[in-house]
Formats: sequence, structure tokens, C-alpha cells
Amino acid sequence: MNVLLLLILILVGALATFLSGDKLASKVALFFSVAIFGYAILLLNQFNIGYDISYLSPWIANPKVFMILEADGLAMAMVVLTLALTPIIIFSSFANKFNNSKTIYALILFMSFAMCGTFLAGDGILYYMFWELSLIPIYFIALIWGNGDAEERKKAVVKFFIYTIAGSLFMLAAFAYLFTKTHNFLLVDFAMVNLTINEQFWIFLAFFLAYAIKIPLIPFHSWQANVYQKSPTVGTMLLSGIMLKMGLYSVLRWQLQIAPLTAKIHIYIFVAIGIAGTIYGSIVALRQKDLKRLLAYSSLAHVGLITAGAYTLTLDGIRGAVLQMIAHGFVIVGLFLAAEIINRRYQTNTINELGGIRTHAPKFTSFFMILVLASVALPPTFNFIGEFTLLYSISQINLWYAVLGGTTIILGAYYMLKMFQTAMLGETNKKEFSDITLNEGISLSIIVAVLLFFGLYPKPIIDLITPSLESLLVSINRFG
Amino acid sequence: MNTLIAIIGLGVLCLLFEIMNFRKAIIPVTILGLIGILGLTLSEINSPATYHNNMIVVNKFSVAFSSLFIVLTIFLVALSDNFYEKHQTKISDYIAIKIFLLSGAVAMVSFGNLSMFFLGIEILSISLYVLAASDRMNIKSNEAGLKYFLMGSFASGILLFGICLIYGAMGTFDIAEISELSQSAELPSWFFIGIVLLTIGMLFKIAAVPFHFWAPDVYQGAPALTTATMSTLAKVVAMAALYKLLTAMNVEITYGFQIVIVVISIASMTVGNIMALKQTNVKRMLAFSGISHAGFMLMALLSATTAAGSLLYYATAYSLAGIAAFTVLLYVCKDKENEEISHFNGLGKTNPILAAVLTASLLSMAGIPVFAGFFAKLMLFTQTIQSGYLIVVIAAVINSIISIGYYFKLILAIYTKDAAEEKQSTPFAFYAVAVLAIVMNLVIGLYPTLIMQLLG
Repeated sequence: MNVLLLLILILVGALATFLSGDKLASKVALFFSVAIFGYAILLLNQFNIGYDISYLSPWIANPKVFMILEADGLAMAMVVLTLALTPIIIFSSFANKFNNSKTIYALILFMSFAMCGTFLAGDGILYYMFWELSLIPIYFIALIWGNGDAEERKKAVVKFFIYTIAGSLFMLAAFAYLFTKTHNFLLVDFAMVNLTINEQFWIFLAFFLAYAIKIPLIPFHSWQANVYQKSPTVGTMLLSGIMLKMGLYSVLRWQLQIAPLTAKIHIYIFVAIGIAGTIYGSIVALRQKDLKRLLAYSSLAHVGLITAGAYTLTLDGIRGAVLQMIAHGFVIVGLFLAAEIINRRYQTNTINELGGIRTHAPKFTSFFMILVLASVALPPTFNFIGEFTLLYSISQINLWYAVLGGTTIILGAYYMLKMFQTAMLGETNKKEFSDITLNEGISLSIIVAVLLFFGLYPKPIIDLITPSLESLLVSINRFG
Repeated sequence: MNTLIAIIGLGVLCLLFEIMNFRKAIIPVTILGLIGILGLTLSEINSPATYHNNMIVVNKFSVAFSSLFIVLTIFLVALSDNFYEKHQTKISDYIAIKIFLLSGAVAMVSFGNLSMFFLGIEILSISLYVLAASDRMNIKSNEAGLKYFLMGSFASGILLFGICLIYGAMGTFDIAEISELSQSAELPSWFFIGIVLLTIGMLFKIAAVPFHFWAPDVYQGAPALTTATMSTLAKVVAMAALYKLLTAMNVEITYGFQIVIVVISIASMTVGNIMALKQTNVKRMLAFSGISHAGFMLMALLSATTAAGSLLYYATAYSLAGIAAFTVLLYVCKDKENEEISHFNGLGKTNPILAAVLTASLLSMAGIPVFAGFFAKLMLFTQTIQSGYLIVVIAAVINSIISIGYYFKLILAIYTKDAAEEKQSTPFAFYAVAVLAIVMNLVIGLYPTLIMQLLG
């Protein structure tokens, strides 16, 4: 048993979904995604009791490329996150009637395949292939099934695509350069090669371009809000819930391991970039009129803080980053689902046109409230643990940074609660708003349950990721 | 050697079939014959030999490239039946010319003597002149043929002049002897002038900037199948020949010469891509994209001694993607006056398979992973960095980004616009060629070793 089988299973699932025809597609996709999630849990269990579930075989002789899937605690945490969110995303979209639904569900599974591959790959080229491969399904999902004016959507999606490819091509050039040093593309070898400060700087920058666009960090974020708004909700969930974690994960896994000196020397700059993103995202979110755009900017603010934490290069910072990645993955998917639920009933996401939903739909309001509170990191939600650890680690670097970062919690509470107040409370809306269906209820309950459970008992995740983060830190600190 | 004779025999057979009134059998027999020749060629891969006083040299390089050319010709011949539907009476001529063109191509990679090389390039060029003008009632095709002929003969003249100067310096046409003599300390200056003229002649055939001006017009005017031939087969033939010329003659590629290659390579990529961005005619767009790919392939000359494998790989990846793209273009623009992008609108709905093939081939050309185009670029990048030309790689990366702009213009038209017309039936040959070409592209993308071991 190893993770290769897991990837193959997802691919088989995607193929089966595509072949099953439009009527069955959603159910087949759900079946496969749940089964795969079960298998992933099984693998995780095996990993926890000490089995080796990695996979290694040679692939290309010249230049030397390996088919290597490295499953450590960090990678497994991200894979399980991906595979847990995939069934939720698929299940919650049952109410949407997609044209050509076999294709979109197959693309969702295919994307989950590519993202899992990205988290597992231990060879630069394999990693790069998965990284790029994950872009193609989301491109078509956003382009074909998106909403709003077709011309505008096209512009937004193409901009996103060219932007991300542009960034990653520089990463490819960095890999090509590293290849001339090690004569293969293995991460373990990259992490041992002795680069000069100057070389590390340029390689760090090449990686930074790729990741800053994907995460996104300011000033590379301009694609984000438009694409989130124009994509269908499943696409937005995939993008915000999982795909941006690819960027954050890669910072830890690849960038910091290969070029740690640059991160160390310029630590204040990179932490500041993250915090600047947090503040900028929060302020812009204040002024948004569209619910999905507001969530997009809130997401920008959260990932800014995560990045800042990761660039502190402390165990607390990195651990907080990973915890918050997982927490944010769930909460943002939940929030976009809430936006979708509103959209299904009112056909709009403009906040000012909503209001007075509470009396119509008390159950929905409660779920939405919990998600909003989780998003602003109220204890005992999972997000509190992540955010708190992040701020603590930043305070170790510079107290003022932590203070600045901390203001975003206040700002975050302000814009989220203001949005909630305008959209949900107030005089009873004249338009009827039917309360959540069973399907929506199940999806929201799962998300809320996960957030509360790990908020009270985060130990399993911390135990899972800490050993691999510690060895990551050893590698980062190898230059003394 | 056997390859060359067999190909010419097949060409003559095509002409005889017309006389014997077997017109219907020409295409199947040719394809079968070519497959046989492919087997024959590959069987020689491990037995290098020279023939006729070193006129023909068979080695791994010549066998590998000849095989690629034969595969491409099979595809091009398979498409001919449908494309020349209205000119059935001339089909034997078209097919025979294509086969003779292939013989020229094979001669251009297996020569051991400059005169043989010149024969090869002339056979190839003259066949192309004829094919470009082959739609003789169409004024555009005539224009293309004449333009190509005039420009091409100039280039041939320059090439021949270069060969003469090399002969003047060395007293021989033989590649091996030239290689030996070029080791000696004192070389007359006209030897280098000869090399430069030779390079210019070849750069013209490759359509590298600044010798590219003929390409867009000729590509646009020529019948679409001829354009496919020129942009896939002819381009990689010329590239392989240039590579072989420079390495086989053991010309020490001096620093100055390398700088020239760097400049031409970067200029080809950039000019090709930027011009392609503005095109609305797909044939013209592919012509400019071909110019930029020529720039990429020229990078191989910067690490000349080791780059044969990556050049072969790039040429294979590029030409397979090109064949697939042109097949879809033939289908879409059949019975159309021009090849505007708008004709591709809604292809995703009317013909999902061909739309997927076109998308895949464009992704390959753009260098998106899994497709062979990605590994092709990667190998060139690593090699070029190894030989110390990081600047070219950076230029190439920036150009790859630009190229996505116009490849995606086409993909967007396919998937986001609505079709103006009803679905038309697709001939089996189109499906077969398009799908086969892209599957081969995908397979060598997943197992690059398949190609690399040919020259390993």
C-alpha cells in the first residue's frame, strides 16, 4: 500500500465519472471521492503506526527524473485536507444543475488528483507537472461553468491563467539551474546543495514569483477577486480551499528548503509582505459590496498572515501556518457554500440587496454565524489556534509586526460582522427564503463539526505535522 | 542507404500507379510502403556504415531523424486523400512529390559529402516550391509559390557560394576530411566566410529572424496541407541539417559565432511571438509561432556537442503537435475562403474530439507539462544553462509566457464562442491522424526516454 495507488484511484474516479454520463456523474463522483477519502484515512493510519507509504521509482533516464511520492506528516495532512474537501465540494453542488455535468465532476476529481500529486511529489519535475496540471481543470471550470458576463469572465480567467503560468515558468528556470548543480531534480539533493548567497537570492526570487502569484500575496493578487467572483462556486471552493494552499505548502516544502539563507537575511521584508497583504486585504474587504468578493479579500488577508508566519522560520510560525491552512480551507469552503446558498435563493450576492434572512431561515443563520465567527478566529474554533500561534510567532520576530497583524483580527471581525448584519439580520425580507435543505445541512454540519472538533482537540493534527516540520527546520537551519 | 533507395523507389512507383490506373491504391500503398521503410530504417540504427565513397553516412543521428521524417510523411500522406478530393486526377503527382521531398530530407541528415547535402536540400526545396503553388487556379497559391521560389533560390545561391568557399579552403567536399583539416592551426579566412554563408542559407530555410520574411506570406498563401508540410517536416529537416553541418564538420563554434546564435535565437523567439499575438489568421499565427519555435531549437546549437538528443526530442514534440494542429485546421477550414480564428468558434461543441486534440497540441506547443513540448523545453533549458547562457533561457521563459497569449486565443474561441454552422462530417483519416499524433506526443511526453535512447 502506498500513495501511488491513492493517486491512481483518484484518476480512475475521474475517468469513471466522465464515462458515467451526465445523469449519474455527480453521484459517481461523490462515491469515488468518499471512497478515496476513506482510503486516505486508511493510509494515514498506516503512516501513523510507522509503515512507509512513500513511492519511488526511476522514470526518465536523461535528464534524470524520478517518480517519487514522499509521504511525510506535512504532505499527508495536506492530502487528507484535499481529499476531505473534495467530497464536501462535490456533495454541496448537487443542487446546481450543470450543463455537461460529467465533464465538470471529472474535472473536479482530476484537479484533486493534481493537487494531491503536488503535495506528494519529491522530484522537481514531477512536482512541476502536477503544479501545472492542476491549473488546466480550474481554467476550464471557471471559463465554461462560471457566471456573469462571458467576455469579462474570459478576461479574468485568462489573466489568471497567464499570470500563474508566467510565475511558474520562472520556477522551472530555477529548477533547470539547480539541475546543473545536482544532475537530478530530487528535493533531497536540492536541499543539500551548497548555493552561494547570491544564487540563493535569485532562486528564492524565482520561486517567490510562482508562489506569490498562486497564494496570492500583494502586489500579485489582482487576479484573485475577479476569478473568485466569476467562477462557479465549486471552482471558487477549489481555488480558495485547496489550490492556494499549494502555494503556501510549496513555500515551506520547496522554497525555504532550497534557499533558506535569503529568507533569513531578508526576514523582515518577507514577513512584512505577508502582513501588508493582511492589512490591505482587510481594508479592501471593508468596502466590498459583493459577498464573494468580500470573501475573496478576507481570504487574501488570511493567507497574508499565514505567509508571514511561515517566513518567521520558527517552529511556531510554520506550525501555525499549517494549522491555519487547514482551518482556513474548511472555513472558506463553508463561507462560499453559504454565499452559494443565498445565491440559489435570491440569485444575487450583492450584500445590500440581502437582509432580513434570519427570520426566514434560522438554521441557515446559525450555521452562517458559526462560520463567520470561525473566520474571525473566535475560540474554540480551529481557526483560533492557527491564528493565535501565527501571531505569537510573529511577535517573536518583531512585536510591532504582531500588533499590526493583530489589528486585522479586529478589522476582520468588523467587516465580517457588518456583512453578516446587513445580509442576515434586520427587518424580515419580503422575498421568501426557504431554510437549508438536507443536502446543504449535511455539508454545513460536517464543516462546522470539523472546525469545532479540532478547535477543542487539535492534538491529532499537531502530532501528525510536528515531526516533519522539525526536520524541515533542521534543513532550513543547515547554514547555521 | 537502403532507406534512400527505397523512398525513391516508392516515389517512382506512385507515378507508375497513375499510368497503370491504380489511382485508388496510391495512398494505402504509399502508407504501407512508408511503414515498411520506417522498419527498414530503424533496423539500421545499430549498424553505422558509409556508402559510395562516404557520400552517404548512416549513423544513429541520421536514422533517428530519418525515422521522424518518415513518420511525419506518413501523416501528411494520410491526410492527402481528403484534402485533394477535388483534384483526384493529380493525386499521384502530389503524393510522388511528397515522397521525393522525403528523399531530399533523408539525404539532408545522412550526407557525408557537401554535394550530397546540396542535392538533398535542392530536392526538398523544389518539391516545396511546386507544392506551394500546387493550387494553380488560386492566385494566392501562385503568389506563395513564386515568392518562396524567388527567395528560396537566393538562399540556395548563398548556400552554394558558402559550399564553394569551403571547397576553396579545404579542397574537398567530404565532411570527414573537412573535419580533419579544420583541426589544423591555419585556416584561410574564407573557410569561416563559407561557414557563415552556409549558416545563413540554412537559417533562411528554418525561417529564423532576420531571414523569416517569406514565411508568413508563403504559409498563408500555400494550400493548407503544404503549409503543414513546410511548418513541420521542412522546418525540422532544415534544423537537423544545420545542426549536423556545424557539428559534423567539427567547426569549432567560436565565442563570436555563439553570440550570433544567441542573438538570432532570442530575436526569432521574440519577433515570432510578438507578431503571432496580433494575427487573426490561424495559418499566419502558426507561421509566426513556428518562427519562435525555430528560435527555441537554435538554442540547441549553443551546446552543440551534447544537444543532438534534445534537438531530436524538441523536433519530434513540435512537429507532432504541429501535425495535430494542422489536421484540425484542415477540417475546420475546409471549403472556407480563409483561416480566420472565428472559424474555430464553438468547435468544442460541434466536434469535441478534434477540439480536444487542438487544445492538447496547443498546450504542447506552449510547453504545459505532460505533453512532450514541456520536456522539450526543459531539456533545452537545462542544457543551455549548463553551457552558460542563462540569458537565453530567461528570454525563452519570457517568450513562453507571451506564447500562451495567442495559443489561448484559439482555445478560447473553441470553448467560449458559439458555432455559426452545423456540424460537418469528419473523414476517418482526420480523426486517425489527429488522435494518433497527439497520443504519440503524449506518450513521448510521459516517457521521454523512448526518444532520447535513440541517440543515447
